Amino acid sequence: MHDTTDGPRPAVELQGVVKRFGDRSGTEVTAVDDLDLRIADGEFFSLLGPSGCGKTTTLRMIAGLELPTAGSIRIHGEEMGLRPPNRRPVNTVFQNYALFPHMTVAKNIGFGLEMRKVPTGDRAELIDWAIQLVEMGALAHRKPGQLSGGQQQRVALARALVNRPEVLLLDEPLGALDLKLRQQMQHELKTLQREVGITFVYVTHDQEEAVTMSDRIGVMHDGRLLQVDTPEAIYERPTTRFVADFIGQSNFLEATVASADEVVLANGQRLRLSSDSPSGEAVAVTVRPERLTVHRRGEAPAGLHHLEGRVETVTYLGNAIVYGIGIDWMHLDVRCPATLAVERRDVGDEVTVSFEPRHAAVVTG
Amino acid sequence: MSVVAPPDEAQAVDGPSEVATPGLERQAERAKARQGFLLGLPAILYLLVFFVIPLGVVVAYSFATRTRSGRTELRDWNLNAYARLGDDIVLTVAWRSLWVAALTTVICILLAYPLAYFISTRSAVTRNLLLVGIMIPFWSNFLIRTYAWRVLLDSDGLVTQMVQATGLGDGRILFTTNAVILGLVYGYLPFMVLPLYAAIERIDWSLVEGARDLYANGWGAFRRVVWPLSKPGVVAGSILVFVPSFGAYVTPAILGGNKEGLLGSYIVLQFLSARNGPVGSAVSVVVLVVMLLGTLLYFRAGGKNL
Ligand SMILES: Nc1ncnc2c1ncn2[C@@H]1O[C@H](COP(=O)(O)OP(=O)(O)O)[C@@H](O)[C@H]1O
Ligand SMILES: [Mg+2]
Repeated sequence: MHDTTDGPRPAVELQGVVKRFGDRSGTEVTAVDDLDLRIADGEFFSLLGPSGCGKTTTLRMIAGLELPTAGSIRIHGEEMGLRPPNRRPVNTVFQNYALFPHMTVAKNIGFGLEMRKVPTGDRAELIDWAIQLVEMGALAHRKPGQLSGGQQQRVALARALVNRPEVLLLDEPLGALDLKLRQQMQHELKTLQREVGITFVYVTHDQEEAVTMSDRIGVMHDGRLLQVDTPEAIYERPTTRFVADFIGQSNFLEATVASADEVVLANGQRLRLSSDSPSGEAVAVTVRPERLTVHRRGEAPAGLHHLEGRVETVTYLGNAIVYGIGIDWMHLDVRCPATLAVERRDVGDEVTVSFEPRHAAVVTG
Repeated sequence: MSVVAPPDEAQAVDGPSEVATPGLERQAERAKARQGFLLGLPAILYLLVFFVIPLGVVVAYSFATRTRSGRTELRDWNLNAYARLGDDIVLTVAWRSLWVAALTTVICILLAYPLAYFISTRSAVTRNLLLVGIMIPFWSNFLIRTYAWRVLLDSDGLVTQMVQATGLGDGRILFTTNAVILGLVYGYLPFMVLPLYAAIERIDWSLVEGARDLYANGWGAFRRVVWPLSKPGVVAGSILVFVPSFGAYVTPAILGGNKEGLLGSYIVLQFLSARNGPVGSAVSVVVLVVMLLGTLLYFRAGGKNL
């Protein structure tokens, strides 16, 4: 795994963090398993993974709402140890917002300032700033129960940001919103993060959301961090089958590593692709459907990797056509732009599928 | 129905193919209301005979005339009994009752709140066990339990002896107002615990986490989040304790002394010893109105969703 943060003092640093939950019957759940992570100052970092993979637990440990079973959590170099949440320089936007139902919007936003005993004058000014920031001016005197989901989300955001935390933790803050509002809020959140320059740690199970908003993404699975990279690198160069599959769609060709720069496909065909795995290891070659091209049999340009097959299905999607291609031992999806310039194939056509070596990745798992 | 019914009305009586009209809607609503009334009739009759009519009698008595022989006669309606409410003795007794009820309520809150908080933060199994425990006293008669206190507080009773053993005093509180308050707190504590439990248990724990995340320490989170959100429970419990304490009769009669009477015993005194029905009724009516106001307050404070 490669880590692009080489700054002197990462905003958040997790080292060997483990969290186990025990229950009454004595069975233990390892929610977070040996997590190492450095998040740079001012970064928009997303923790991405399916439900139950340990994202919330990780976030709660940074916030101090949960203590790690083992490992160390540092914020701007300072060890958090057993510090309670109120003495950590972070704030959280909770998944269900956790707005105080008995307080007005303004009181909710001012709560953190009040608890830190910020003088009343400064407090009013900061509350104003935060209310303007999320455009909630007209509703400052409403109670949370009188707000829509999107409005509540803004209040939760303002309530956290008004404290100018060193790190803002967000737990699926857009999960409760409908698609259209969610996309709008994604954009606004990203803009806001650039404006205020605060480090965001953003938890989501929505890969599109993570890819759209993040500077870097950490993909989690079963309590483990599988890969930490830029959205592009995660998409183009996944290191595990899980990551390739979770981020968008992909084709997987079973293969065995022959040497450091060659793999053998299940049909014996050799491909020059480099991998980190030792010879003899079972791997998969993954290529995104849109990185594959279909040619009439034998007409594929040289210099590319070729696979021979037959068109089995043709699905017209408006802006694209997806061909289902049967090769000897498996099935591939190929996605082509549906322009007039591209020649159409029909079911039963004998074809050659090609791809550039740099568009294929060798993944394990 | 007229012979020349308009077509849609004729259709309406055909049953399944009825077309909805405002008239039909009203008819259906009336039928439903009638059905509800019939279902409630036994209870309504019961309340009428054993509650509304006696209450009417009390109200009527309070405006009635007392003869020299102490008989109450329903004639010459007057406010004489209400005029007597300003008497020093009535005011003293009323203030003492108010004070006893208020003190009982405050002590109950102080004892019940931590307990309710404790219960509502346990696991489901423990929680149910503890709640059953709270209700165990209800399995035996209130009168018997109050008499048990009399035995315990007797000059050679267990509690008295224990207090003496600790050297904190002579422990003789039987037949004082303190003994009455002790008995009332004992009797009504569950009525404070249960609504408090219901209110605290309902609080979304993530709100406390939210407060902690926003720099509140444990006390701050309690003061600004848990306490305000549990207030409906505090109000409900307070009314459930204050109202019966204010008009209490059994506990003061068994544990209290003769010197420091409360409203309950004062009313009984008026009816039985003083043979003054009108005054006894007038005091009852006032107590009733106070309790009614208290109950209204309870509903206003959201006690409905208890
Ligand atoms: N308080 C808890 N007690 C026991 N198990 C828990 C607790 N919190 C989380 N878990 C378990 O830890 C795992 C990770 O949960 P979580 O961090 O909430 O996942 P995510 O946020 O990625 O959906 C899950 O298997 C969950 O059941
Ligand atoms: Mg979660």
